[in-house]
Amino acid sequence: MTTEAIAVEEHGAHATSTGLDNRKLAMWAFLGSECLLFGALISGYLLYRSKGVGIKPHNVYDIPYTSVSSFVLLMSSLTMVLALAAIQRNEERKMRIWLTATALLGMTFIGGQVYEFTSFVHEGLSLSANPASSAFFLLTGFHGTHVTLGIIMLLSLVGLSLAGKIGPKHALYVELIGLYWHFVDIVWVVIFTVVYLMPVPKH
Amino acid sequence: MATVTEHLETPAYDGPFRRPTETQKGIVSWLTTVDHKRIGILYGCTALLFFLIGGSEALLIRLQLAHPNGHVLTAEQYNQIFTMHGITMIFLVVMPLGAAFFNYLIPLMIGARDVAFPRLNAFSYWTFLFGGLFLYSSFFLGGAPQCGWFCYAPLSTMGLPTTIGTLFYAIGLQITGVASLVASVNFVTTIINMRAPGMSFFKMPMFIWMSLVTNFLLLFAMPVIAVALFELLFDTAFGTNFFNPAQGGDPVLWQHMFWMFGHPEVYILILPAMGIVSEVLPTFSRKPLFGYTFVAFSGVAIGFMGWGVWAHHMFAVGLGPIANSAFAISTMFIAVPTGVKIFNWLGTMWGGKISFTTPMLFSVGFITMFTIGGLSGVTHSIVPSDYQQTDTYYIVAHFHYVLFGGAIFGLMSGIYYWYPKLTGKLLSEKLGKTHFWIMLIGFNVTFAPFHILGLQGMARRYYRYPAHQGFDFWNMVSTIGSFIIAFSILIFLINIVLTKFKGKPSGDDPWDARTIEWSIPNPTPHYNYLEIPVVHERDDWWHKKYSEDEQGNLVPVVAGASDEAVAHAEHAEPHMPKPSYWPLVAAAALPLFGYGVIFQWALGALGAVVLLVGIYGWAMEPVE
Amino acid sequence: MKPRARLVAALACVSLLAVGCARNAPLDTLRPQGPIAHQIYGLWNMVFILAVVVFVLVEGAIVFALFRFRRRKGDDSAPKQTHGNTRLELTWTIIPMLLLGSIAIPTVAGIFSLARVPKGALNIQVQAQQWWWKYNYPKQNGIEASFTNANELHIPVGRPIWLSLNSNDVIHSYWVPALAGKQDVVPARTNHLKIEASHPGTYLGTCVEFCGLSHANMRLRVIAQEPADFEKWAANQARNLMMPTSALGKKGMKVFLAQQCVGCHTIRGTAAAGNVGPDLTHVATRETFAGGIFAFNTHNLRLWLSDAPAEKPGSKMPAGIATMGLSHSDINALIAFLEGLK
Repeated sequence: MTTEAIAVEEHGAHATSTGLDNRKLAMWAFLGSECLLFGALISGYLLYRSKGVGIKPHNVYDIPYTSVSSFVLLMSSLTMVLALAAIQRNEERKMRIWLTATALLGMTFIGGQVYEFTSFVHEGLSLSANPASSAFFLLTGFHGTHVTLGIIMLLSLVGLSLAGKIGPKHALYVELIGLYWHFVDIVWVVIFTVVYLMPVPKH
Repeated sequence: MATVTEHLETPAYDGPFRRPTETQKGIVSWLTTVDHKRIGILYGCTALLFFLIGGSEALLIRLQLAHPNGHVLTAEQYNQIFTMHGITMIFLVVMPLGAAFFNYLIPLMIGARDVAFPRLNAFSYWTFLFGGLFLYSSFFLGGAPQCGWFCYAPLSTMGLPTTIGTLFYAIGLQITGVASLVASVNFVTTIINMRAPGMSFFKMPMFIWMSLVTNFLLLFAMPVIAVALFELLFDTAFGTNFFNPAQGGDPVLWQHMFWMFGHPEVYILILPAMGIVSEVLPTFSRKPLFGYTFVAFSGVAIGFMGWGVWAHHMFAVGLGPIANSAFAISTMFIAVPTGVKIFNWLGTMWGGKISFTTPMLFSVGFITMFTIGGLSGVTHSIVPSDYQQTDTYYIVAHFHYVLFGGAIFGLMSGIYYWYPKLTGKLLSEKLGKTHFWIMLIGFNVTFAPFHILGLQGMARRYYRYPAHQGFDFWNMVSTIGSFIIAFSILIFLINIVLTKFKGKPSGDDPWDARTIEWSIPNPTPHYNYLEIPVVHERDDWWHKKYSEDEQGNLVPVVAGASDEAVAHAEHAEPHMPKPSYWPLVAAAALPLFGYGVIFQWALGALGAVVLLVGIYGWAMEPVE
Repeated sequence: MKPRARLVAALACVSLLAVGCARNAPLDTLRPQGPIAHQIYGLWNMVFILAVVVFVLVEGAIVFALFRFRRRKGDDSAPKQTHGNTRLELTWTIIPMLLLGSIAIPTVAGIFSLARVPKGALNIQVQAQQWWWKYNYPKQNGIEASFTNANELHIPVGRPIWLSLNSNDVIHSYWVPALAGKQDVVPARTNHLKIEASHPGTYLGTCVEFCGLSHANMRLRVIAQEPADFEKWAANQARNLMMPTSALGKKGMKVFLAQQCVGCHTIRGTAAAGNVGPDLTHVATRETFAGGIFAFNTHNLRLWLSDAPAEKPGSKMPAGIATMGLSHSDINALIAFLEGLK
C-alpha cells in the first residue's frame, strides 16, 4: 500500500463498522448528550416557573415578538440546508452565501433576545429576581450560548472557504455544523412551545 | 454516497510552532502524545497519585475517629478532609482508572490502531488533570470544599463558614465533567464504529460491552450534573435562588438532580471493574465466560434501570409513601441484573482449572467483597429499615464494600493482568500475592466494623463522636485496619518500582489468554496491529490457539493448520497520527475560566483567548 | 482458599456476636423500645436473615468452587469449554426476582403504615436550626397550656407522638433510633415523624443530616414518662420562670437581663424574648444543654459561658469572656441563676 492510500485509509472514510463516518457518529452522540442537558434545564424551568415573589417570566412575554424571532431562527435552518446542498454540488460561492445568511439570521435571533431580555430586566425580571426568572434565564442563556458558538463555527467555515479550503470533499464539515445548528433550532422550538406558549395554571 | 471526506489542507510549516513528531522519547513526547496507550498510562499514573492523596485523607479521618472526642483535626478541617476524600476517590481515582483501562484496552481489544479521535482523547486527559489540580488548589486559595462530596443545598450555598469551597466544587467538577463527557463521545464512537472486520457486537470481549454501557451512561449522566452544578454555582456566586427555600427555591431539587446523575455514576464506577473481572476469570479458569449473552444483556439492563432508582438516596427526605414505594421496588429489581453476574462468574469458575495468580486473586476478591456490598445494598431497599440505616456508618460500609472491595479490587486485578502489555514485564507474583492478602485483610478490618457501628447508631459526617455510646472499640479497630491497607499499598508500589528495574520479561501471551490483544507483542508496539485482524469468533485469539472436539475438549491448533495461515507480506509500519500540543493548550483554558469566576474576570477573558487559540490551532494544524 | 474462608467466616461471627452483645449503645437501632421501632426491626430481621442465607450460599459456593476446581500441579489440560446453560441462567434470574418480589410486599406495607397519621397522637412541633432543636407543644388533649422548650423532648409513654418537622436554615434530620427511623427536616417544607415509647426512660438521638460545622454537636434526647408525670412536667414547663431565691441567683438574673443574652434567649416572665437560641425558662429541668453535648452541671456551664464557640465550632453564641466581656463573678452569678431555672 502506498503512503497516500494509507493516509486515506487512516484519515479518510475508511471502512467503519456502521458505514457512518466517525465524526458524524460522534456528533450524533454529542447531540444525544445535549438532549439531556436541555432536558434538565427545561424541566428545571417547568418546576420553577411560578416560584418565588415578584414578576415572573410568563407575566412579561411578548409572544408576537418572540414568534418573529423564532421564525427567523427557523429560517436559518433552511438556509443551512441550502448551504450544505450547495457544497455538495461544488458551488462554493453559493455555500458561502447561504452560510453567511444562516449566521446573519442567527445573529438577528441573538440580537432579538438581547433586546427582549433587556426589556425584561427593566420590567423587574432579573437573573436573581426569583427562582422562576433564574430558571428562565439559565435555560435561554444556555441556548443563546449554543447559538452563538454555532455562529462562530459558521463564520469560521465561511472564512475557511474564502481561503479555498472547503471543497466538496469537505462537505462533511458543513453537514456536521448543520446537524448541530438544526439541533439548536429544534431545542428552540421546544423552548418556545413549553416556556413561552404553554399557559401557566393560576393557583 | 462514498465521498471520502478529507482533512483540511494546510500549508507546510516548519517554524517554531510546527506540529511535533517525536512520539517515544522525552517529556515533550508525553505532553503532546495522542497515543491511546500513553494517554491510558497518564490517566492511570495520575489516578494512582490521587489514590495516595485520597488515601492519606482517609488516614487522617481514621486518626481523628480512632478515639472519642478526637483532637487531630478541627471541625472545619475534618469537614474539608472528608469532602475531598469522597471527591478524590470518586472523580479523581476510580473514574480515571476506568478511563485508563478504556484508553489502553479498547482499541487493542477491538483490533484498532487508536481511538476515533486521538487529540480529543489527549484533551480529555489534560482536562481531567487540570480539573483535579484546580480542586486541590482550593486548599491554598481560601479553603477546600467542606460541604460533603454531595454538597447538599442550602448548606453549601448558605450554611458554611465560607462558600469559596463550594465555588471550587462547582467549577472543579464541571471541568472534570467536561473530560468525562468528551471521552465518552470518543469511546462510544470507537466501539461502535472501529471494530475489526468480523467483530460483531456479540463477538466483542465482555470488557468492551461494559465499556460501551459505561460510556453511554457517562454521555447521558454528565449533562444532568452539569446543569445542577451551574445552578449551584449561580446560587453561590451570582445571587440566584435555585436552592434557597426562603425565596421559593427547593433544596430537594439539588438532591434530585445530583442523584439522577449520582446513581448512573455508581454504575459508571463499577461496570469497568466488572468488565475486567469478566476477562480475568475466564483466562485463569481456562474456560469461557459462562453465559456471555446474559452477562452482556444484564450490563445493558443495569444501564437502563440505573436511571430509575435515584431517589433511593433520598428515602428520608419526605417524598411520600408512593414515591418511596416506587423507588424501593425499582431498587430491589436492579439487584437482579447485578446479582446475576455473580452467578455467571461462579459458573465461569465452576468446572474450570483455576490458577491463583495475583490478577485472579483480586478478581475473586472482587466477587466476594462485591457480594457483601450488594447484599447490604438490598437491605437498604427495605425502606422502613433504611429509615434507621441511612446517614449512618452502615451506608458507609455498603459503598466501601462495592467501591473498594468491588471497583478497586477489580481495577487492581486489571493492573496485574495487563501489566505485561504495557511494559513487557510481569509484576512479581510473590509481592502481588502479599499485596492482595494484606489488602484484603486490611480492607475487611477497616470496613466490616462500619456495619456494626452504623447499626449501633453512629452517624455519618461527624468530626467527633462522644464516649459511652458503644462506638469506641470498633472505631479503633477500623483505624488499625486503615493502616494495614496503607501498608499493602506500599507493597504494591514497591512491586512496581522493583519490576521496573528487575522485572521478568513476560513474553507475548504469559497467561495463555483468550482475547486478541494478546496476539500482538509485549510491550504493545506503537501501532498496535501491524495488520488489522479479521475476527471470526468470540475469544478469537483462543480459537487461533485451540479448537474443540465433539466433547468440548480442547485440542491445540497445529501451527499452520488454521485457515488463517496467510503468509504475511513485509509490512511497512503503519502510519500513526502525529502528536499535538493543542489539546494541552485548549485544556489549560478551563481552569482559567474557573479562577476567573472566583477571583478576577480578567483571568476568564484570558481563558477565552486561550480556548479560541487552542481550538483554532487544533482544527488547522496539518495532519501530516 | 481455606485460610481466607475461615477468616471471612470468623469476622462474620465476631460481628454478629458483637452486635448482639454491645453494652451501652444508646443509639442502637437493634433494640427497639417502642412499637414503631419494633415494626422497623421486624422488617430488618426479615431481610437480614435472607441476606445471611444468600451470603452463606453464594460465598460458600464460591469458596467451594475455588477449592474443588483449582488447577492441580502439572495439569496443563483445559477443562470442558462450557459456554452457558440457558435454563440455569433463567432460573437464577427468576428466583431472585421472586424473592425480591416477596419482600417488596411487606416493605411497601411498612412504608404506608409508617406514613399514616396516628389516631390520638400528641402533636409536637419541632424546629431545627444550626445546631439545636426547638420544640413547641401546642395546647391539646394532655397539654393544658402551650409552651416552648429545646433539645430534650418529653413524651408520655404508650401514646403515639406526631412530630411536625421544620427547619429554619439548612437540612437537618431527626433521629431517635430506639423509638423510630429518621426523617429529614427540610426548610420551607413540613415533614412528619411518628414516634412512640413503650416504657419510661431516656432515649438518645441526634441530628443525622450533615448540617455544617457542629453537625456532630446537635444531639437530642427523648424522655418518656408515665402520663401523669408527663402532665406534671408539662404544666411546670408552661409556667413562667421560677424566680431566683439566693443572692447570687438574683445577681445572675440582673447580669442576664443587662447583657446580650436577652437578644437571643427567652425566659418567660422576664423581658428576655429572643428567638435565636433555646428557650431557657426551665433549662435546669434538662439533663443536658448546648445541643445535648454537655451534662447540665456547674463545671460545664462555666466552660460554655466562658467561651461557647471553643466548645461548639461555629456557635452563634459569642465567647462570654472575650466578646461579651463577662467577668468570672458574672459567670458565677449566671450559673447560680441558670441552675435555679427549674
